[in-house]
Order: sequence, then C-alpha cells, then structure tokens
Amino acid sequence: MAKVDPTPGVVPPEEEPSEAAELAVSAELVATSVPEYLKAALARVRGGEMGILPVVGGLLLVSIIFQSLNSHFLTAANLVALLVQAALFSMLAMGEIYALLLGEIDLSIGFVAGLGGVILAELLKPTGFDWPWWAAIAVSLAACALIGLIQGSLITRLGLPSFIVTLAGLLFWQGLMLRILGNGGSILVSDATVNGIASGNLTPAASWIVMLAIVGIFGVMTWRRDARRRAAGLVAPPKGVTGLKIGGALAGGVVVVLLCNADRGRLVPIQGVPYVVLLVFLVLALWTFVLGRLRFGRYIYAIGGNAEAARRAGVNLSWIRTFGFVMCSLTAGIGGLIYVSRLRSISTAVEGGTLVLYAVAAAVIGGTSLFGGRGKAVHGVLGGIVIAAIYNGMGLLGVAAPTQYMVTALVLLAAVTIDSLARKGRSPGR
Amino acid sequence: MTEAGAEPPAATPSGGAEPLLRLRGVTKRFGPVQALTDVDLDIPAGQVTALAGDNGAGKSVLIKCIAGIHAPESGQMSWEGKPVHLRTPRDAADLGIETVYQDLALCDNLDIVQNMFLGRERTRSRVLDEESMETAARETLSSLRVTTVRSIRQPVASLSGGQRQSVAIAKAVLWDAKLVIMDEPTAALGVTQTAMVLELVRRLADRGHAVMIVSHNLNDVFQVADRIAVLYLGRMAAVRPISELDRQIVVDLMTSGESTRSAPSAGTA
Repeated sequence: MAKVDPTPGVVPPEEEPSEAAELAVSAELVATSVPEYLKAALARVRGGEMGILPVVGGLLLVSIIFQSLNSHFLTAANLVALLVQAALFSMLAMGEIYALLLGEIDLSIGFVAGLGGVILAELLKPTGFDWPWWAAIAVSLAACALIGLIQGSLITRLGLPSFIVTLAGLLFWQGLMLRILGNGGSILVSDATVNGIASGNLTPAASWIVMLAIVGIFGVMTWRRDARRRAAGLVAPPKGVTGLKIGGALAGGVVVVLLCNADRGRLVPIQGVPYVVLLVFLVLALWTFVLGRLRFGRYIYAIGGNAEAARRAGVNLSWIRTFGFVMCSLTAGIGGLIYVSRLRSISTAVEGGTLVLYAVAAAVIGGTSLFGGRGKAVHGVLGGIVIAAIYNGMGLLGVAAPTQYMVTALVLLAAVTIDSLARKGRSPGR
Repeated sequence: MTEAGAEPPAATPSGGAEPLLRLRGVTKRFGPVQALTDVDLDIPAGQVTALAGDNGAGKSVLIKCIAGIHAPESGQMSWEGKPVHLRTPRDAADLGIETVYQDLALCDNLDIVQNMFLGRERTRSRVLDEESMETAARETLSSLRVTTVRSIRQPVASLSGGQRQSVAIAKAVLWDAKLVIMDEPTAALGVTQTAMVLELVRRLADRGHAVMIVSHNLNDVFQVADRIAVLYLGRMAAVRPISELDRQIVVDLMTSGESTRSAPSAGTA
C-alpha cells in the first residue's frame, strides 16, 4: 500500500526543533486521520476560508423557513421545478465568476444571454433561416463569445474599467436585441431539441445510469489522484476522507435521481432527470476543470490575487483577462439557450438587468469573493439554487414581485457582508 | 566590447577569476536626473554582495538594471565573461538572474507550490502536473532547510513575513538562479524572522549562488555579507571585502562618498 508519512510536508531529518517552533503556523492539512482532517478543516473555516459552508447553511435555512410556511415546498415535484428554475441563474453565475475571479465585473451578461437567445431563435425560425439546432446553437454561442472578446479587449487594451465597459454593453446589447425583435416583438421556437433542454427528461432508468456513470468517473479520478499523492509522499487526505468524498457524491446523486424519478406529472406521468440539470452539471464539470487544472485557470486566480505578481511571473495579463471575459459571455450564451428553451420563445420581456444582478448575487451568495481571486464554479451553481429557492418559495407563498426583489436584495447584502468579514479575518498581518 | 580597458581598482575581483556578473561604466538617467554614473561592480558567485547607500543613491535603479527592468544608457554588462544586454525581466531570468522584490510578488490566494511555479507551471498533456510541482517545491524548500511551513499547500496569506520571504527566495532557487537579487529582504521582519532569513541568505551563497542584497540595516549587512558596495549619489563610492570595513566607514561612505578612517584589520585600499 502507499506509505503514509507521519509528518508529510517539508520536514527533513536534520532540522533543529527550535527553528521549527519559532513560528506559529495556522493549523493546516497535516492530518492523517479523519478526525484530524475535520479539525484542520474547522481551523480553516475560522481562518476565514469558509468555502461553501455559508451557502449550504443558507440553503438549509431557506428550506426550513419555506417548508414551515408552505408544506408544498419540499415535495419532489417542487424541488425538481426549483432545480430547473435555478439552471438559468446558476449558468449566468458560472459565467460571472470568471469576471469576479479576475477582480472585475461583467454587467452585460443578462442581455448578452438575451441577444444570444434572439440569435438562436432567429436562426431556428422555420420561415427564416431554418437552421438545424446544432448549427444555430453553435453560431449563437460564438456570437456571445465574440461579444466577450470585444468587451474584454476594450477593458484590457484600452485600460477601461470593466464596470463602465460592461454597463455600456448592458445598454448596447439590450438595444440591439430590441431592434432585432422589433416593437414588442417575440420569436416562437418550435425546434424540439432546443425546447427539450428545459422541458425534456432522461428516462428514469437512464437517470440512474447517467448518475452512476458520473459518480463512478468522479470516484475513480478522486481515488486515483489521492492514491498518487500518497504514493509520492505528498500531503494527501487520509483514505477515510477520500472514501467520504466519494460516498457523499454518491449519496447526493442518489437523492437527486430519487427526487427526479418521483412522478411529478398532474395529468400524464413526468419522471426522470431534466436535461437542463445535466447541462448545468456538464458546464460545472468543464469550468471546474478549466479553473482548477489548466494554466489559464491558474492565471485567472493569480491575476485576481495579485496582478503585479502575475505580470512579473511572465503571465500575459491582457490575454488572460480578455479570455476571461470571453468565457463569461460564452457561459451567458448557454444561459440564453436555457432561457429560450424554457419559454419556447424569446421576446422583448427579457429582464437582462435583473438577471445580471441575480447572477452576481448567486456567485457571491455561493461563496465567490467580489474582491477577486477566490471562488469556484460550484459557488455559482449553489448560489443559483439559493436564488431560485427564494424565488420559488415566495412564489408558493403568493408574495408579489416587489417583495421578492427586496428579500433577494437583503440576501445579497448578507452574502457580501459574510464575504467582507471573511476577508478581514484572513487578511495577512494578523 | 572594451573588456580589456583600464579597470578601476575599486572593482578588482576578489579572487581573480572571472566574476559571474561584471558591470562597467553603467550609466542611467531619467530625464534630467542622473540616477547612475559610470558604475563599476563585480558580483562573484558564492558570495553575498551587499549594496548600501542612502535614500536616492541609486540602489533600486542599479538592481533594476541588473534585473532587466531598466536598460542603462551606456556601459557594459558581462555575464560569465560574455557581454549581455538585458532588455526585459525575461532576459535576466533566462540568464539565471532572479529578483526577490521588497513586496515579494506573491499571490496571497495561491498556495506555496502554486506561487513557486507561477508562470512556469509543469503540465502533462496540457493539464497541470500538481504532484510533480509539489515534489519539486518540497525538495527545494527542504534543501534550503525552510522547515517552518507545515504544509506547502497552505495559501500564502496564512504565512508569516519571514515564511513569505523564504518562499520568495526558494522560488528563485527552484528556477536555478545563479544570481539572486534581494531588495530589503528583512525590512518588514521581526528579530527572529530576520535571523531566519539571513541564515537562508548565507546558505544560498554557501551553495554557490551569487547573492546581491540591498539593505538599509547595517547590522544585517555586516552579519551576512562578504563584500559591501556603497553607492553615493549614483556613483560607486567603494567596493570592499567586509574585513576592510567597519560600520563607521560604511556610514562615512554612504553620507559623503569617502572615508578617512582606517579599517579595523587592514589599511584602506
């Protein structure tokens, strides 16, 4: 078996103990057992690295409140509807995270999504271009990526503030979208594949198979990586923790599939995992890989953490920043696809301004820092679910839109406060 | 190049072998300000060369010229005997010159390994090769006996000032720096951490690296340096081995560019 060094890390045999004792070091991952690991994780939370803890807590709180007010909230049918509602917020938030990680902001993604949706709908129109679904989707996403390229270039090459450039983008793309649609216009979408993304489901059997395949891939990758680290004598979570991670993923998958496979139809049976949930999951997996395992992602974090350090290390700041905005707009384009699919149409009613605020709120509620350098794709997904839960819960209670806005604003403020306090807690020079 | 030109006595290499880096007649001006005038300096391998001077004497400009950030107007630089022109920091890094800046240039949100490899990550079929990077970082840190960090996967934000300095130095070593330039490495540190960093500086020179250290703190300079170069108003006032200097002489050189005092052991050159 892999040998487990009792004191992993940098401890050569000849070191003088006095030297090692000189400095107080925050408790970190020197754990070799599950309880020690949990203790180290707790220490990290106290140090201000809270990760997804606040958002999970918030989600529990929201669930308890709404369930106590309306017992329909925690039914399988409503939870699946909630997941489908969350897909748009989660997707936009996963895009916004690229901008936030860079220490920038992108205010345009709501209308970039809207414009992407209009392009998609135009290309699909049977009386117009009548393109196949895959070509229409590809061109609409490419157009959104191009918008990101334009905005990103303006921000990096001309040194303009992203806030202003993307605010201009918000107006400009809204104008362009309305112009294409015409006065009060809308475009119906009849393409079965595009409409099926939000309304179609995997069959119950396929749901199980896909879930098991995903958990299986995740499990094998996690186990092999931790085993490789142990074999190389590197700091690695103990086997128990690796097992817990995989077990947790499996449990989560089982719960989701059980919820989705419960019949939620009123007249005809509706069962299975919605395709849109799978789409969100796919993008989550891809963006997690891009941010965590590629140089591009590493440089995004480095620029958000200390742009000057990244520049001195030879990182091409303008290229990485520009491409960050491309990723942001591209993800917004996928959001546009979800929007069109859910409404089976697109109209001048797209509330791009509200959508972008929800996206920023979802990212921050999920645990992404507004100050750059801290955040993950999964934060966008979790934050999107929180926003959808508030939206959905208040809808069930019959609360009117004005109150919904105000409550969402308060939740956003709470999230930013947590972010700001955590930042103070982990600032250097303690 | 005019390598065979007359050498000022102050810059004669201590050993006689070719120094790692040799500057001759380096001059740099910023508009009307003459920052460096005709500076000669040799930096030999395996020694700590301290650069002293009052504020505005040109210390930072000189190290930035060596680091490739500023290009001098005139003068020659030779590296291992060959003339070189450093136009960008990348040129300097390619030769093996690494600079540890005062503000350290570390990303707080990245961990130690990520910082040490920033900009030069190892990949395996385009995917970051974390295991290999972590192993190499660990080996470098333990070879320098930087042992006070518990996990090299902790974010740099959680490190003390001395530990951050150690990480920055280890980063230079990891990249096979032949010359490590340090700008005020102990300026922000407490007593124990200063001792730790100075010990590391000494170890670096003993391993054969050339080290150039800029410091205001004469205590530190006398504790760690082999030779001291003193700049005065952009000119090189003196470059002498530490045995020929004491604190008072260095202060004289820093404040007036010359000293009439006699050295503790031998006479002045």
